[in-house]
Amino acid sequence: MQAILTPVLLIVAIGFVLAVILTIASKIFYVPVDETVANLRAELPGANCGACGFAGCDDYASALAADPSIGASKCPVGGADCAAKLAEILGVDAGSADPQVAVVMCNGNKDAAKTIMEYQGLSTCKAAKQLFGGLNACAHGCLGLGDCQAACPYGAIMVCNGVAVVDRETCVGCGICAKQCPNSVIRIAPAKNKVVVQCNSKDSGAKTRKACSNGCIGCKKCEKACKFEAIKVEDNHAMIDPEKCKNCGLCAKECPTGAIINMRAKRKPAAPAAQAAEA
Amino acid sequence: MGFGTILLGIILVNNYVLAQFLGICPFLGVSKKLDSAAGMGVAVIFVMVLATAATYPIMQILDAFGIGYLQTIAFILIIAALVQFVEMALKKFIPALHKSLGVYLPLITTNCAVLGVCISNIDEGYTYIQALVNSAGAGIGFLLAMVIFSGMRGKLEANTSIPKCFQGVPIVLVTAAFLSLSFMGFGGLV
Repeated sequence: MQAILTPVLLIVAIGFVLAVILTIASKIFYVPVDETVANLRAELPGANCGACGFAGCDDYASALAADPSIGASKCPVGGADCAAKLAEILGVDAGSADPQVAVVMCNGNKDAAKTIMEYQGLSTCKAAKQLFGGLNACAHGCLGLGDCQAACPYGAIMVCNGVAVVDRETCVGCGICAKQCPNSVIRIAPAKNKVVVQCNSKDSGAKTRKACSNGCIGCKKCEKACKFEAIKVEDNHAMIDPEKCKNCGLCAKECPTGAIINMRAKRKPAAPAAQAAEA
Repeated sequence: MGFGTILLGIILVNNYVLAQFLGICPFLGVSKKLDSAAGMGVAVIFVMVLATAATYPIMQILDAFGIGYLQTIAFILIIAALVQFVEMALKKFIPALHKSLGVYLPLITTNCAVLGVCISNIDEGYTYIQALVNSAGAGIGFLLAMVIFSGMRGKLEANTSIPKCFQGVPIVLVTAAFLSLSFMGFGGLV
């Protein structure tokens, strides 16, 4: 009996002493959890996409609680609603959270872009890019194998007819697709800008024209047409300043190749995203 | 036995991970990045020394009652409670250290390398000071293995010519085996 009782009692005693120590320690070493962080975190969407510039929703919430001056409007997923709620918790002004969307700067669909090979390799853009810079004659455009589509957690980007198309209603502007694209064709831009240059080619006009019938050839007609000086042609490539652009669409009318798309007008079949949103 | 001999023996010749195959789980799991590997290594040194400091006196108590066979269960109890305690204390007093070590501490709670070093200290018949030195050495050996291996894995990540059947876990295990082989070269040094 003694042989059993001693070890049992000893182990129980050790366990009891440790339990008492841990209980006391948990009171002495108690660190109050900041309620603000928990509340902020509850309002954030929890996508952990990192678009705010922090490691995730938890990280943004604690950074925001520590220093509200970094701004409550950094979350593009939650948008203005989320920013307002965060600001309410912090008791500061929301600031404006312009919704952002991904813009594919390429309209080189199968009808327009020339291909240089029958690509039958691994069906990802990154793999295709390794082989002579991709299957298209244009080395700057959308490869159309859907790395962005696979990466998008919201199902907002899709490859249609060999070119990626963004559903602007679903897109939250997190930028995950932009990071995946080996040609950096996708950029994140304010959603209010509805007139976009859908070409990424920096090649000379003649070279671009040979490779793709929808490419920007750098003719500068748009630059002259714009009344707000919002378009600049640099490196044979038109760029629209999102701050100056008023979405008038004059440049899109002038463009001889159709590289500039006015999504507001919804006239061209090249803007299926806008059509899908309406349907 | 001198402290130098103990340290040399435990760091290189009888390295816990590479020669005795203890603590393989964190060795494979946390060695993807150099900074987390180093963090884990430092945390292991810290816990090993503390665990030895706590379990060595307990062993004397167990021996006094003639129940040395309860060594394993008593040690597990002590180590688990100790790690919990240390985590709480760190969180309160040194939040910066808790932030860098914190995530690894619960992982170490049930790490067999920590239990292994406590038991081998008793088996080798070390004095209290020798046992503490041996524990620190075992931790340093673990850190060394982690840092070397994370460097090798960094090279593996960048390598695209690994055959498909070897990608992922297989190539990591093969690499670990090679590293272990190279440490076998220290055999017989002490």
